Amino acid sequence: MTSTMTQAAIRFDDVTLGYGRHPAVHHLDGSIARGSLTAIVGPNGAGKSTLLKGIVGALRPLDGRIEMQRRGTAEGARVAYLPQAAELDRSFPIPVYDLVAMGLWNRRGLFGGISRADRGRIEEAIAAVGMTGFERRSIGTLSGGQMQRVLFARLLLQDASLILLDEPFTAIDAKTTRDLLDLVRRWHDEARTVIAVLHDIDLVREVFPETLLIAREPVAWGETNSVLHPENLLRARRMVEANDPFAQICARA
Amino acid sequence: MFDALIGPFIQFDFMRRALFGALVLALGAGPIGVFLMLRRMSLTGDAMAHAILPGAAIGFLIAGLSLPAMTLGGLIAGIVVATLTGLVTRYTVLKEDASLAAFYLLSLALGVTIVSLRGSNVDLMHVLFGSVLALDDAALILIAGIASITLLVLAATYRGLVMECVDPIYLRSVARIGTPLHLVFLGLVVLNLVGGFQALGTLLAVGLMMLPAATARFWSADVTMMVVIAVTAGMLSGIGGLLLSYHHGLPAGPAIILVAGLFYLVSLFLGRESGLIWSLLPRRHLEA
Repeated sequence: MTSTMTQAAIRFDDVTLGYGRHPAVHHLDGSIARGSLTAIVGPNGAGKSTLLKGIVGALRPLDGRIEMQRRGTAEGARVAYLPQAAELDRSFPIPVYDLVAMGLWNRRGLFGGISRADRGRIEEAIAAVGMTGFERRSIGTLSGGQMQRVLFARLLLQDASLILLDEPFTAIDAKTTRDLLDLVRRWHDEARTVIAVLHDIDLVREVFPETLLIAREPVAWGETNSVLHPENLLRARRMVEANDPFAQICARA
Repeated sequence: MFDALIGPFIQFDFMRRALFGALVLALGAGPIGVFLMLRRMSLTGDAMAHAILPGAAIGFLIAGLSLPAMTLGGLIAGIVVATLTGLVTRYTVLKEDASLAAFYLLSLALGVTIVSLRGSNVDLMHVLFGSVLALDDAALILIAGIASITLLVLAATYRGLVMECVDPIYLRSVARIGTPLHLVFLGLVVLNLVGGFQALGTLLAVGLMMLPAATARFWSADVTMMVVIAVTAGMLSGIGGLLLSYHHGLPAGPAIILVAGLFYLVSLFLGRESGLIWSLLPRRHLEA
C-alpha cells in the first residue's frame, strides 16, 4: 500500500465533483500513477472536463478528496493545464512570442526579468512546435491548428511534472495532431505524468497505455485495450442521463 | 499664431494650472483606458463614474465644497461598488456587467437623492461638471499623486494584467492572483475617476479615459504603443480643448472631451488599423 502511495501522482478518494449540488463526476476512487500516460474517454457530458478542473483546483469537490503528490516541493505545484481552446481571448493584440513566454511564469512570476537563457528557451519551444517565423504574429491571425501548436509551446516552457490536456486534438488536422502527439510522447519519456481528455478511440489505443472510461461514474479504468472493450463503451453510452432537477440527495454521500 | 497657441498659457496662471491638470490626468487615464478597452470593460468606467456620485455628494453635504471630503467620499463609494460587483460576479450566476449595472444604478439613485436634499446649488455643479479652470494647489497635487500611483502600480502589475486579459484561466492555473489583480485594477479606475472629477466632473472624467484609448486602437496593434498613443491623444485633447475654450468662450471641460472625440472620429476614418477609409479604398491583396 505504501509503495503505491508514493507512486501515485494523484489519488482520488471518493471524489464527487459538480455544479450546484448536481454531480458531474460521481464517487470516483483510484489513483493515477506518477509518470503514466492516461486518456480520459467518455460520451459528451460524462464529466471529463469537470474532472480536469477538479484536479487543477478550479473546481472544489462537493465530496471526497483529491490528493496531489508533488515532487520538488521547493518549486511548489507544477501542474500545466490546457483547457478547451475556445476559452482564450484571441482578439487581444499579443504576439505569439509573448504568449509562449507566459509559460515561464513559474520561474519568473510577476516581476522577474526574462533572461538571455529564457529567450533561448522560448525560441526552442516555438521551434519544437514548428512555429518558427511566427514569433511577431498576433495570435488573432493564427488558424486553429497553429494556435494549438503555440499553446503546446507554452506547455513545454511550463516544465510541469503533471500535464492536463482537455480535448487537445479536437478540430485539429492530422499532421498537427501527429506533431503534437510527438510532444506528448516526449513528455511521457521524460517521466512526466500526462492526462488527456480525448474522443478519438483509435488514437487512444495507439498512444495511451492507460485509460479511464467515465460516464459520470467510472465505467472502467486501467490498461487501455481492456478498458476500451465494446461492452464497456456501450455501457458508458447508456450511463449518461439527463440532468434531473428533482434529484434526491445521494444515498451514498 | 504663437500668441494664439502659447499666449494664453503664458499670460494666465489659471490656464497654466488647467494645462498641467489636463496633461497629468491624460498621463494616468490613458493606460487605464487602454486596459479597460482591451478587457471589453469600456462602459465600466462610465458606470464607475456614476457610482462615485453619492460618495462625493455625502462629502459635500458634510463638509461643503471641500476637496478632501469629496475625494474621500468618492473614493469610498467607488471602491465599495467595485468590490461588491467583484464579489457578486465571483460567487453568484450574475456576470460582471449585470452586477455592476445593478450596483451603480443603486449608487446613482442614492447620489441624486442626496444631491436633491440640498436643492439646487451652484457649487454642486462643479462636482457634476468640473472646474478645470479653477484647480487649486491641493487639486493639482491630488491629480499628480494619482497619476504617479497609477503609473507605478501599472508598471508593477503589467505582466499579470495582460495575462489576466488574454488568458485568465491560464493565469488561474499558475497563480492565485487573478482576482486581487482585478480588484487593484478597478481601484486604479476609481482613483483616476476621482482625480478627474475635480477637473472634468463625474460625468466627463471618463471621457479622457476611453476616447484616447479607442483612438489608439485605430493606430496600433501593440499594447505598449496603444498606451503611448492614448496618452499623447489625451494630452493633445487637453491642450486643444483649453485653447478652444479660451478663444471661443466655451466651457473648458466639455471642450477637452469634444477635442478628444474629434481625434476619435478622425481615427475612426483614417486609422491605420481597420480605419473605415480602407474599406472604401479597396486595395489588391498581397502575395502571402
